[in-house]
Amino acid sequence: MGVLDNQFLQLQQLQDESNPDFVAEVVSLFFADSERLLNDLTRALDQPTIDFKMVDSHVHQLKGSSSSIGAERIKNACVAFRNFCEEQNIEGCMSCLQQVKQEYCLVKNKLETLFRMEQQIVAAGGSIPMMELSF
Amino acid sequence: MTTTNGVASLRLISDEIDGFDLSPSDTEEVHVLAVDDSFVDRKVIERLLTISSCKVTAVDSGRRALQFLGLDEEQSVNGFDGLKVDLIITDYCMPGMTGYELLKKIKDSSALREIPVVIMSSENILARIDRCLEDGAEDFIVKPVKLSDVKRIKDYLTRDVNLGNEGRGINKRKARESCDLSSSPPSVITSSSSPSSPSSPFRSPSILSSSAPCSPPSTLDSPTSRLKMTISD
Repeated sequence: MGVLDNQFLQLQQLQDESNPDFVAEVVSLFFADSERLLNDLTRALDQPTIDFKMVDSHVHQLKGSSSSIGAERIKNACVAFRNFCEEQNIEGCMSCLQQVKQEYCLVKNKLETLFRMEQQIVAAGGSIPMMELSF
Repeated sequence: MTTTNGVASLRLISDEIDGFDLSPSDTEEVHVLAVDDSFVDRKVIERLLTISSCKVTAVDSGRRALQFLGLDEEQSVNGFDGLKVDLIITDYCMPGMTGYELLKKIKDSSALREIPVVIMSSENILARIDRCLEDGAEDFIVKPVKLSDVKRIKDYLTRDVNLGNEGRGINKRKARESCDLSSSPPSVITSSSSPSSPSSPFRSPSILSSSAPCSPPSTLDSPTSRLKMTISD
């Protein structure tokens, strides 16, 4: 399963000369949002009594934003996470939190590399071709 | 004939008022109020709408949306009609006031009920979709929102504006049995995401009450679909 799905391409299509940093801006918002949510989740699962509704609410938000930028693996990890919340399964939730964090790190890495490479290309006088949406 | 001069001079004046753009077409931008508690989604929807030539106001809650619309807690509208809203697009799941609750408040308001409301949700739940549509939503978009979704809504809206008020309400399927409104029968398309929804067959008849040649539900891949408002091809 890809790290970034079709939705990411959709976002790239929305970027143009008048809005050259659109994708970077959305991704930055995503990073900030996700890190906040992951912190909240860590804290929530660390409580003596776990409020599963609140945990579920955070995961729902994370699922939403990762879906909006095309971070498919995070989104899928969130789906599993929500199932464990519903079951009030603490171990399942903990394990999912770890997984979500891993997937987040992976996506963050890939995106940061992507942006760095794009910057290098542009700085060297090249241009980034727009990808065709062929699927 | 005797009034030609009067008419001609009126037209000249109105051209001047319209100012720089003398094209006869309607250049008034569609103004959309977008409501979503997620930063990321707000940014994306804002861009999708802007790139579709809409003017956008994005707010983060139902309460702020109502404030913007001039509908305060006492359910009265102050004389705040400087910023006419042509469409409201709102997320369903929001803390405080859900998109559905916002929809109800808007449809309950005599001043605002004519404004079309579109609901967005990351969850492809048939009962939810039904409820929103039956309670007055014009359309329901399953997230993540794509450019094609926005384009479709905008096309519907612009066409609707051109038709005037008779065009409005064309998608109020429960109210309209007759299909003398020949354009834009609702047709059903599959959702792009494959939902893990139950295997129940798709539709309650109320949505497909128009006699338009919609594709029968059995041809759909997924039991749950968004409704598509398009001009029939």
